[in-house]
Amino acid sequence: MRHTISVLVENKFGVLARVSGLFSGRGFNIDSLNVAPTHDASLSRITAVLKGDEAQLDLCIRQLRKLINVVEVIDFTAGQAVSRELVLVKVRADTQTRSEIVQIADIFRAKIVNLSADNLIIELTGTDDKVSALLSLLEPFGILEIARTGRLALKR
Amino acid sequence: MKKDITSPAAFPKAEIGREMKGSDCVVECLIREGVDVIFAYPGGASQELHQSLARTDKIRTILPRHEQGGSFAAEAYSRVTGKVGVCMATSGPGATNLVSAIADAFMDSVPMVAITGQVFSKYIGKMAFQETDFYGMTLPIVKHSYLVMDANDLPRIFKEAFYLARSGRPGPVIIDIPKDVQQKKFQPVYPATVEFRSPYATATFHAPDEQLKQVLALIAEAKRPVLYAGGGIISAEAHKELKAFAEQTNLPVATTLMGLGGFPETHPLSMRWFGMHGSAYGNWAVDQSDLLIAVGARFDDRITGDTSKFAAGAKIVHIDIDASEHNKNKRAMLPIVSDVKFALSRMLELAKAAKFSPPDTQAWHAQIATWKQEHPFRYDESKHIVPQEAVQVLYELTKGDAIITTGVGQHQMWAAQFYRFDEPRRYISSLGLGAMGFGYPAALGAKVARPDKQVIDIDGDGSFVMNIQELATAKIENIAAKAMILNNQHLGMVVQWEDRFYGSVRGNTILGDESNVGSPENLDGLYPDFVKIAEGFGVKGRRVHKKSELRAAIQEMLDCDGPFVLDVIVPYTEHVLPMIPAGKTVKDMLLK
Repeated sequence: MRHTISVLVENKFGVLARVSGLFSGRGFNIDSLNVAPTHDASLSRITAVLKGDEAQLDLCIRQLRKLINVVEVIDFTAGQAVSRELVLVKVRADTQTRSEIVQIADIFRAKIVNLSADNLIIELTGTDDKVSALLSLLEPFGILEIARTGRLALKR
Repeated sequence: MKKDITSPAAFPKAEIGREMKGSDCVVECLIREGVDVIFAYPGGASQELHQSLARTDKIRTILPRHEQGGSFAAEAYSRVTGKVGVCMATSGPGATNLVSAIADAFMDSVPMVAITGQVFSKYIGKMAFQETDFYGMTLPIVKHSYLVMDANDLPRIFKEAFYLARSGRPGPVIIDIPKDVQQKKFQPVYPATVEFRSPYATATFHAPDEQLKQVLALIAEAKRPVLYAGGGIISAEAHKELKAFAEQTNLPVATTLMGLGGFPETHPLSMRWFGMHGSAYGNWAVDQSDLLIAVGARFDDRITGDTSKFAAGAKIVHIDIDASEHNKNKRAMLPIVSDVKFALSRMLELAKAAKFSPPDTQAWHAQIATWKQEHPFRYDESKHIVPQEAVQVLYELTKGDAIITTGVGQHQMWAAQFYRFDEPRRYISSLGLGAMGFGYPAALGAKVARPDKQVIDIDGDGSFVMNIQELATAKIENIAAKAMILNNQHLGMVVQWEDRFYGSVRGNTILGDESNVGSPENLDGLYPDFVKIAEGFGVKGRRVHKKSELRAAIQEMLDCDGPFVLDVIVPYTEHVLPMIPAGKTVKDMLLK
C-alpha cells in the first residue's frame, strides 16, 4: 500500500539524510519526497510517499520518531489529509496543436506559464488522479520534460 | 531512564566561561560531564585536543595502540560503570577505525561519546588528506551525531551529546570537530539545561497503572509463567527490582546474554540464560510457557530462532522503554512502553497494595527443576584440558567475583555457560554486533573502571590476535588486565558450523600451518607463540597444556599484579552445546 508520511523536522543539515536513510536502509523505494521550511523557519516538513511492507513501514515510522531532530511523524491514510501536487510539464506544441492543448489545460484549470514556438509549459496543481489524467491526455502531443513537487499533504 | 531531568520552572542560568580555544573548551566540557578517563589516539586533526588534554590533570588520557582498541575499551568502561565511555580519534583512518565500536555500542545500547577530529572546515568535501565524511558514514549506527561548524556550539553540543548517550535507551553519539573549530578562540557559554524540539528526546516513559495491573492479572491466571529479562534490566539499573518482583510473584527467570547478571544465576528461580546456546531448561521453559513477560529485551533472532514458533503458546507481555521494539520481531499481546525500573517497582507496589498472592505453579516449578537436574550445562571429561573446564576452574578460583570480558565465538558462549554471574555488569561482551577482537581492549577498559576487581578476558586464539597490540597499552599504562586464551588453533565457532552443516570442510578456519596443525598432542605445531609475543610487549605469560597444571596456571595468572597472558591449549573438537541451529526451533535443539 502507498503511504504518505509527513515528518516535521528541525531545519538542520543532515536531517533529510537521517530520515531517508531509515527508508533506504530497508529497501523502500521513495515514490516522491518533498522538503521545505514551514511557517516556523527552524522547522521543515518532509512529505514522503512510499510503498513497502506494512509491518516494516510501521517499524520504520516508530524508528523515525526516535530521531533526535524529528518533532512529529504522521502516517496519513486516505481521507485524513488534503493532498496536492504541483506539476510543471513541457509539452510539444506547434501552431496546429496549440489551441487543442490550451483547451485541455483550461478544462483542468491548469495554467500556461511559458509559450515558445514549438512548446509550452503547463502548471497544474491537483490530486494524483487529476495529475495523471492530464498527463495521459498530453502524452499524444509529446511530453518533453516534467518537474513535480511530489505529493504534499496536510491533516484536515 | 532520565538521570538529569531539569525542571523548566527553575530557569537555571547558563554560565559564561573565560575566553579559550575550542579544544580547551572540549576538555572543559568533558570535565563538566564528569569524564575522568578518555581513550584517545592522536593525529593531525585531533592534535589540538590532545594538547588541551595534556594541560589537565582531571582526565586520564589512555593511549591505545589502535583506535579500535581504544573505542572497545571506552565501551567496556561504560558497560562496567554505566557511565558514558569516551573515545577519541583523528579524522579519516582514525575515525573509520572507531566504526566497529560505534556499531557495537548501537547494537547493545551502550552510552558512548566518540569524538573525532575533522579536517579544516574549508577543506571539507574536497578529499583533503585524511578526510572522510564521518558524520555521513555513521548515520545508521548512531543514536545521534554532530558535526561542529561553529565553536560557539561546543558547550551545547557536548551537553546534549552526553544527555542523549545516557538517557532513554542509551547509545553512541559522535561529535566530529574540524581543526579550525578546535583552534578558534571564543568565549564559551555553558548551558545549564538541554532542550530538544523532539518530544521523544526528553520524554519520561512510565507505564500507566492500568497496564501494570493487567500484567499482574495475567500472572495470577498463569500456569506456566516465565520472566524473560534482557539488557534493559542492566542499563536501567533495575536488577534489584527484578529480583524483588520475581520473588514476589514466584516467576522463574531466564535472561538473555545481554541481561546476564541482571538476575543472580545462583538464585533458585534462575534458569540461567536462554537462546541459541543457552540452557536447555531455559529454552524449554520459554517454549512451553503460557505467559512470557519480556522486560528490557528485543526478541533477537539468537533468542527466538524461528519467530513464528517462538513461545507459540504464550501470552506475551513486552515491557520496554523503546516503543519501536514492540511487535518488531514477535507480536506481543500486551506491549508496554516504560522504563523497566519504574515498571517493575510500580508492579511491586501494586502487588503489595492488592495483597497479590502468586498463582499455584508448583507443577511448573517441579518440571523446571527436573529439566535443570537432567540437562545442566555440561561437558565430557577428557585427558586434555577442555575449554569448558578452564572456565569452570576460573570461576572456582575467582569465587565468581571477577569481571569477565570475551571475544566472539565458542569461548564467548562457554564463558557464559560455565562462569556464573550473580551481579550485573560482570559479563562484558560484544553481543549484538559480535565483534571479534573485543575481549582484550574491553578488559583494559573494565580494569581502568574497576581497578579493585580481577578482570579477565576469556578469549579465543582468533579473537585475541585481532587486537593483540593492546598488550602494549596494558604494559605502558599499567593496567592489570588478564587474558585467558582458550587456544584451539581454529576459528572454533565456524568450525562447529562446518562440522554440523558443511560436512567438516574447512573453509579458512585453521589459524596455523595446515600441514602441521597444533593441538594438545602436537605442541610443535602451535602457532603463534603467545607467551613470546607477550614477552615482546613486556607482559608476563604462561602456556599450559597439562590438565594437572591448569589450576596452578590460572592461580598464577590471578596472582600476577600486572597484565598476564595465559595460553591454555585445548582440543578444537569441542562443540558448544546445547545449540538451536539458526532459524530453527527449540524442538531442533542439539544436545550432543
